[in-house]
Amino acid sequence: MEKHITLPLTEEIAKSLHAGDNVYLTGVIYTSRDAGHKRMCEALARGEKLPFDPQDATIYYVGPTPAKPGRVIGSAGPTTSYRMDAYAPTMLSVGARGMIGKGARSKEVIEAMKKHSGVYFGAIGGAGALLAKCIKSAEIIDYEDLGAEALRKLYVEDMPLVVVIDSYGENLYEKGRREYLEGK
Amino acid sequence: MSVREINASVITDVIEGMCITANEQLPEDVKCAIAECYEREDGAVARTVLENIIDNYKIAETEKMPICQDTGMACVFLEIGQDVHITGGDLYEAVHEGVRRGYTNGYLRKSVVRDPINRVNTGDNTPAMITVDITAGDRIKITIAPKGFGSENMSAIKMLAPSAGLDGVKKFILETVEKAGPNPCPPMVVGVGIGGTFDKCALAAKRALLRPLDSANPDPFYAELETELLEKINSLGIGPQGFGGRTTAIGLGIEVMPTHIAGLPCAVNMSCHVTRHLTEVI
Repeated sequence: MEKHITLPLTEEIAKSLHAGDNVYLTGVIYTSRDAGHKRMCEALARGEKLPFDPQDATIYYVGPTPAKPGRVIGSAGPTTSYRMDAYAPTMLSVGARGMIGKGARSKEVIEAMKKHSGVYFGAIGGAGALLAKCIKSAEIIDYEDLGAEALRKLYVEDMPLVVVIDSYGENLYEKGRREYLEGK
Repeated sequence: MSVREINASVITDVIEGMCITANEQLPEDVKCAIAECYEREDGAVARTVLENIIDNYKIAETEKMPICQDTGMACVFLEIGQDVHITGGDLYEAVHEGVRRGYTNGYLRKSVVRDPINRVNTGDNTPAMITVDITAGDRIKITIAPKGFGSENMSAIKMLAPSAGLDGVKKFILETVEKAGPNPCPPMVVGVGIGGTFDKCALAAKRALLRPLDSANPDPFYAELETELLEKINSLGIGPQGFGGRTTAIGLGIEVMPTHIAGLPCAVNMSCHVTRHLTEVI
């Protein structure tokens, strides 16, 4: 199924998505990876607010290359998601619903996704030049000292993604491989 | 035989340019391997993913952008002829300076932290990971292989018992690939080291990733093993990005070393479809 989605990612939209759907995402997303997630979860543990409103937000696990002069951003493909597994349930619990990355997720993350109606999207790993084309604006909103890992607000248009794990816990990595092998 | 003098600044200049080119232009052997796999791919989703991967490296080359945002740790291999005399500076510092300039002037990502526990970014992607070999002659052969860590993290080494034999080696390699699954950005390239000591085995696996993908181990036994393992990996069904399909790996190389009577070390260094290697001779 091909679907065009406009953010924020409400619970209603999240529940309409299923593993294997091809999705084109338009709207505001936030970037964060290892160091940024650690810092956000530490802030939440201290009872502080996050630098952005997490409700229905989508977080892209990416550390882009620096923008060349005249460009919005450098290459910006997904990083491997399991390194954010330690933090993702906390982020989901405060309302962040969408995650964009690549690679497998833990049982704990999938359980938290089912509980909070979260969606895990896959972007093509290693396709940083291609994905940069759908990023129309980028600004650092916090954690600037983290360089590539700074917290950025991006506006994306028709970002090509695949629903890898849906809010029901269905997993394309298992399903896709099984169906390919069964079809042989 | 006379000694040839090479100024350290020449090494720096060459490495600066190589860092940028290696990150923006995928090597021809890797492009060909992806194209061949695309022809043979029979999964519908898999074909679309491979099309996107091909579009991506074309965009990167045309628009002078890094192919992947993980522009890696700069793995630099130097084969220095024993008749070379390096003047005007320290060899290692010349290499680091080349990497520093390449990653800064080329708008590449700075992905290196000074200390693995305290994790403060060095800000210029140094230090490079340098391996030096002394060879015959009066030239310096430089190979740069920027290495992303999405795949590096999926690598593994095992000190097998000699009784595990060939079957044990095959099993470990296939297990490592299967466990990596979608994480190392498949279609992947698999570098295997067999033998040596713990450290040299891992280095052999890394060296296997430097080989052109259309090359085979010169020993027919290992060349056949490379073909067999690549076929087995491509029967796992993991497919491009792990979404299912034939193309799980586009290449597999094996490098072998003598080892101890008590040992059978086996290292698997995982790489992705953006396996970068570039060589120049000074």
